[in-house]
Order: sequence, then structure tokens, then C-alpha cells
Amino acid sequence: MSQTFTLDGQSIPFADGQTILQAATAAGVFIPHLCYHPEFKPHGSCKLCTVKVNGRHTASCTMRATPGMTVESNTEDINAERRSLVQMLFVEGNHFCPACEQSGNCKLQATAYQLGMMSPHFDHFFPSRALDASHPEVLLDFNRCILCSLCVRASRDVDGKNVFALSGRGIKTRLIVNAGSGRLADTNFSPADKAAGVCPVGVFLKKRRGFAVPIGERRYDKAPIDSIAEEI
Amino acid sequence: MTANDMSPDVVAGVVDRVVARWRGDPTCMVQILREVQEACDWISPEAIDRLQTALGVPRTKIEGVAGFYSFFYLRPRGQYRILFSDNVSDRMLGSQALLERLCHNLWIEPGKVSEDGLVSVDRTSCTGMCDQGPGLLVNNLAITRLDAGRIDEIAERVRNRVPLAEWPAEWFRVEDNIRQPGILLGHDMQPGDALRAALALGDDGPAALIEAIKKANLRGRGGAGFTTGLKWLACRNAPLKPGQGRVIVCNADEGEPGTFKDRVLLTSYADLVFEGMTLAAYAVGARRGFLYLRGEYRYLLEPLTAVLERRRRDKLLGAGILGLPGFNFDIEIHLGAGAYVCGEESALIESLEGKRGTPRNRPPFPVTNGYLDQPTVVNNVETFASAALIALKGADWYAAIGTRQSAGSKILSVAGDCARPGLYEYPFGVSVRQVLADCGATNTQAVQISGPSGVCVGPEEFDRVIGFEDIPTAGAFTIFDDSRDMFEVARNYVHFFQHESCGFCTPCRVGTSLLKNLMDKLHNGCGSPYDFAEIEKLNLLLQSMSHCGLGHTACNPVLDTIKKFRPAYEKRLVQKDFTPAFDLDRALAAARQMTGRDDAAAHLVKATSGEDA
Repeated sequence: MSQTFTLDGQSIPFADGQTILQAATAAGVFIPHLCYHPEFKPHGSCKLCTVKVNGRHTASCTMRATPGMTVESNTEDINAERRSLVQMLFVEGNHFCPACEQSGNCKLQATAYQLGMMSPHFDHFFPSRALDASHPEVLLDFNRCILCSLCVRASRDVDGKNVFALSGRGIKTRLIVNAGSGRLADTNFSPADKAAGVCPVGVFLKKRRGFAVPIGERRYDKAPIDSIAEEI
Repeated sequence: MTANDMSPDVVAGVVDRVVARWRGDPTCMVQILREVQEACDWISPEAIDRLQTALGVPRTKIEGVAGFYSFFYLRPRGQYRILFSDNVSDRMLGSQALLERLCHNLWIEPGKVSEDGLVSVDRTSCTGMCDQGPGLLVNNLAITRLDAGRIDEIAERVRNRVPLAEWPAEWFRVEDNIRQPGILLGHDMQPGDALRAALALGDDGPAALIEAIKKANLRGRGGAGFTTGLKWLACRNAPLKPGQGRVIVCNADEGEPGTFKDRVLLTSYADLVFEGMTLAAYAVGARRGFLYLRGEYRYLLEPLTAVLERRRRDKLLGAGILGLPGFNFDIEIHLGAGAYVCGEESALIESLEGKRGTPRNRPPFPVTNGYLDQPTVVNNVETFASAALIALKGADWYAAIGTRQSAGSKILSVAGDCARPGLYEYPFGVSVRQVLADCGATNTQAVQISGPSGVCVGPEEFDRVIGFEDIPTAGAFTIFDDSRDMFEVARNYVHFFQHESCGFCTPCRVGTSLLKNLMDKLHNGCGSPYDFAEIEKLNLLLQSMSHCGLGHTACNPVLDTIKKFRPAYEKRLVQKDFTPAFDLDRALAAARQMTGRDDAAAHLVKATSGEDA
């Protein structure tokens, strides 16, 4: 790993084929992200990880590092743009942190704190999205879905089941499950699936396990998201 | 019981027939879904059940794809599915009143299906009939030149359940409206001439052809203007993995509102286009070609299929083209299904592969990793047609036409406020003023060039010229006279982008909706300088953070009109201080509709200023 690029003035080593985000994470530098997960092929859709490479905006999760490139990430301007994206995700769905079982474990919430988001800013869309409580062990609450497709990728690429997919288009894009009835109970989903554990927000909720760890003692309650190493 | 009900056995029969026709190939999913819907009127759960087994793909994949395209219906939409073209030029010709008239005649609401399940009426993005609008699609077939009389006759035929085949052919007639032909629209090439000229160069033919295309300085006509010769060369030189081949794709997904030149090229100049594709195949060594035709031009499928068939008979397609051993190439037509984003080349390739039309992460680019990961040339219809002329008449002849930076000609789709809408072909370098004079436009306030993703020019800029060095364009040239409200024009375009956003990336998916809401807020009289600042801020965010060109350009109509027609916006900022977009009286509309009341007592007195609200 003799090659390097510059990230906010710091020299970052990288191996061939590594993306900017991968190399930065390995070097202990945090770049905000939601749809990226180290175990899956980068998707590049949430755009939270956008950086400026030689002055141009690009998603750092999909852009491969090249020797000598100059990358800006932790700047006032870029963080303001990222904050707007997080605000967009908040108003697009129905995110009520104080009453949410995922509060403290939610990456969207933790990223909002990290970026200093003080209000949703935009008018809420208040979409009408149904719950799917059909499965005996897992509840799906689509109100919180941010369309990152991590469960889609996990179910397809790891579980080999294709339980989840995105359908619709534009603002009407939505998560669907693999059943004619549209119900999770009618799929071959299992709570042990990889797909059940990768949601960065709170779409997947284990039944009868609510608030097992009190709010205030959860992952991001204890330390902000930018201080915690990526789980592998 | 709806009129769409078919027995599961019949549906299964349809699905099996269609799947067999497409070789049971899941990469043809979009075509399979289209043909199933053409036979069944919608894509029912029973149809999906059968597709799942016949194609061996999960249901999520089928519903994911079907849900992406506007023209695929996962719920019944009637035997007659009527979609009014909602481009700004259709609106200027009175499409709104005609839509209301049809709904009134049929006793239905826009967007909903009639209670007997017979008919639905809704809006769709520009159908490419701007020079002969207002237009609509009925079961994806185009009807042009609508007026009140025609609307009433349509309603009568729907009510009497007259099959579409028995509707007057005159309604479906689409004119070419060629007002000014140039080297393309006035060409005299016979099918095969350009290919024979290229083959006459002998063993060095492919390299010499690419050299000629480069020397002619041909640049892509889809808007981006990439050098065609370099694209072909990159594809030719791209390494192949075992089992791979090179692919030629013609982008005929002419979705930019106000553009219709590819429709005419494919109606009356299809040989020129197919010849250009075949030349590209010869140059890069491709065996497989696709014409990706927008779903709005469904009526062109049979005529184009016949042209391909004739060219096969004449040895201009197929194995051993013009008797040259090893020169094997054929073209398959794929139809789009109502998704503007598929005009973006990587989204188009996704759609060709039977997927949701989401733009890919780039790099890698299609020239190295395109259709099924193979090296792929994607060019616009007009680019291929121009390439054929270059092969026939030579690079020097072509390069001498137009300007130094922009060689050759450009076909403009002229519509809006002018006496003679239609196609005008000019050498590059023509001024906006000249085009306006030729088409008989008077009192022109603005011209939207290259559609909503292009630029809006005002009178002080009419001496600017069409060309890559000044105003590049994919072809749309929409004219607004001084009676038009440029804020409303921009609002129509914002609605378009919101409808067409693919939803993949956050800034475009949410940002285009926020922008639409803000423009509607101004329209509804709740706008303040705060909202104006928000609109500008959102546009800049879309420009910098979006995944593809759609998001990057979705802000153009607004930023341009703000810059050039600021009074049209300021007029809308009627509130001094921030005023919520929520309007209680408007929110009660649903209650009024349910109770069938619209009298004065059913309305709240509306606040007139920010202070009172």
C-alpha cells in the first residue's frame, strides 16, 4: 500500500481497487454514509458520502481511489449539503425518534446528530405507509424506510432468497416483499437472515423485544457515529 | 367485476406465448411485460404468478420492474386507457380543457378508473406530437390534433365499446411536417449505398470508417455532444471477455419534452438510421444491435419491423452482409414503457437488460461495460443517420458544413407559439432569430432550447447560435410569445422532472418533490421571499449532489427563468413573511367533493395577506 491520496489535507494510503470511502475508513477517517455497508457492493444512492474530488462532487462509496487525488470531505459546505440530504430523508418518511424503538441504534438519527441537524427544515410529506405485522417474529414498519436497499442486497446476495425489492418510481419508490399477498409471513423470510440485521433505520423490528435496552444506553447514545469503527 | 377480468387459464396462455416469443429470456422482461399487458389490459397477479415460473425469476423482480414504468399497470386501468400528453405545448393548445371535457363526457375523474372498469383518463409526459397537438395516447397509440369535436367522438366510441381498430384511421395519422429539409431530411441515398461505399475501402474499411467519422468531426446529437469517432474507437478497442461481443444501441427514447425529430427520422428515414447502425457495427465489429424506441412511438413498431425485414432480404442485415463473409449483424427493436430517465444511456441499457431504468454508477462507461457487461456504443438516432451520410459522401464534405466546432446539420423540433411548427434542419451556426423568422414566430418572449434540461433564452439572446460552441441542443425548440407566463412554464417542467425522477438517489427523489411543492406554493399565492430563497437553494443542491443528468438538469428551467424572467416570480411572492403552504380551505376540497357541495357556505373565507393568516 504505497499509493496515497489526500483527504482534507491528510495523506490516506490505499490498495488497488479500494474506494475513497473504504480507504478513509481503513485509515480511521469517518465519512457519513447510510446505504453503504462494508459487506455489500456499494450502491451509491443515499449520496451522504458525497465528497469533492478535484473540485467535483462524487459519491465516495463508488469512486475508486487514484494516486494523488485531492479529496475534500469534512468541510462546512459539504456538511451543509449532507445535512440537507438527511433532512430530506426525515421529511420523506415518518420518523418520530422519541417514540421509536430504534432510537439510539439508528444510523439516520446518529448521522443527523453528527451533522448538527437541529430541525427537519423542509415541510413533512407525511406519507401513508402500512405496517406489515403478518410475520410471527418480525414487524416491518415501512414508515422508516429510506430506500437504501441494504435488505434487498442482503437477501439477494447473502441469503439467496430475494425476499425484498424496490418497486415504484421516484417519490413513490417503495420496498416490497416476495409474495403475491404482499405479506412477509407468506415469504421464506427468517429472522436469522442477513437481511433482518442490516437495516440502518428501524424497518425491521423483532416482536416481543421492544426496548430491551433502555433509551440512553444504546450504541449511539454512548458515542457519536463518527467515533465508532465500522462493524465488519 | 371489472371489464379486465380474464380467466387464469387465458392469462397463462398469453404469458406462455409471449415468453416463448422472447426465448424465455428474463433480460427481455420489459418487452414481455408490454406484450402481456397489450393482451390482458394490465399485469395481474395471475400473470405475475405465471411469469415467475415461466421465466424462473422471483416475483419481487417482476413487480420491481413493472412498478418502475409509467405504462405498466399492476392494477386494472380499464379497456381504454387514455393518457393526455401534458407537455407545456399541449397545455398552450388547450389540452387541460379537453381533458376535463372528456372526463365530464365519460363521467369520471382524472386519474381514476370508471366504476364499470371500462376506461381511465390521466396525464402523461410529452408524447412527442408537439407540432400537431394536443395529443393523447389510447392504449399507447397516439392520437393527434385533438379538439372538442374529436373528444366528444372519442367519448362516444368508448361508451359504445367500439374496438380501437374501428376508430377512424385519420385520428391516428401522424404528420412529418418537414418545413425545411437539409442534408439529412433531403438526402437521396438508396438503401445499401453507404455500406457499399464503406466496404469498398477493403480490409482497412473499419479503421478507415472510424477515421472518417473522426475527421468529419461528428458529435453526438443526443445533447451531450461526445465525439462519435472516439466512442466507436473506444468500443472497438475495448477488451472482450470469453463469450462476449460488441453491441450497437440506437437511443430512440426521445423523451425530452418538445422533441420529435427522431419520430420523423424513424417514420420516413429509417433506412438511413439502420444503415448508420450497420456501419457502426462494421466499424467496431459488433454482431448485435438494438433500437430502443420510446413507448409513446408504439405505432412505429410494425413499420420499423417491416423495414428491418426488407433489409434482411436485401442482404443489408443478417449473416454475410452484402456478401462479405463474417460481416454478421442484426437489429432487434425494444420498446420503452414511459420512463424519461431511460434516455440516459446507462439507464437505457438497464432497461434493455429487463431491469428498472436506474442510471448506473460511472465509470465504467458503456463503451467498455455496457449491455450485459459488453462493450457497447450508444448513439442517438440522428447521429447514426449522420454517420451514414459521412460514409457515403466523405468526411471533408461533411466537415465543411456547419461551423468549425460543430460540423454538419441539426434538426430542430419547432413547436409552441409560431405559425409553422414542425422540423427545420439547418447547418450548425444558425441563429435563434433566424429560426424564429423561418417558422413565423412573432412577439416572442422566450425560447426553450433542448427542452427543460436545456436553456431558456430571452430576446436579448436571439443572436446566439445553435452549436456546441454556444447553445448545444438535442433538438427541442419551444417558443413562448409575450402572452405566456414563464413561471407557469417552469412549473410545468418542474412537475415533469418530479414525475420522471427514477427515485434512486436522495437529492433527486426528494428534492424534485420539494421543488414541485414550492413552485405549487407560489402558484397558490402562499409564496414569500423565503420560498424564493429555498427554491434557489434546492436547485443548487440538486445540481451538485444528484446521481445523473436528470437531477443535474432538473434545476435548469427554474434557475434560467429566475435569471431571465425574475418579475414572473416576484409577482408570485405575494406574502411578505413566511406563510405555510397548508391552506385549510383547499384541504377541505375532499370533504366538499364527498358531500357534493361547492356553495359559498362550504368554503372558508380565505386569508388575503400573511399578517391575517
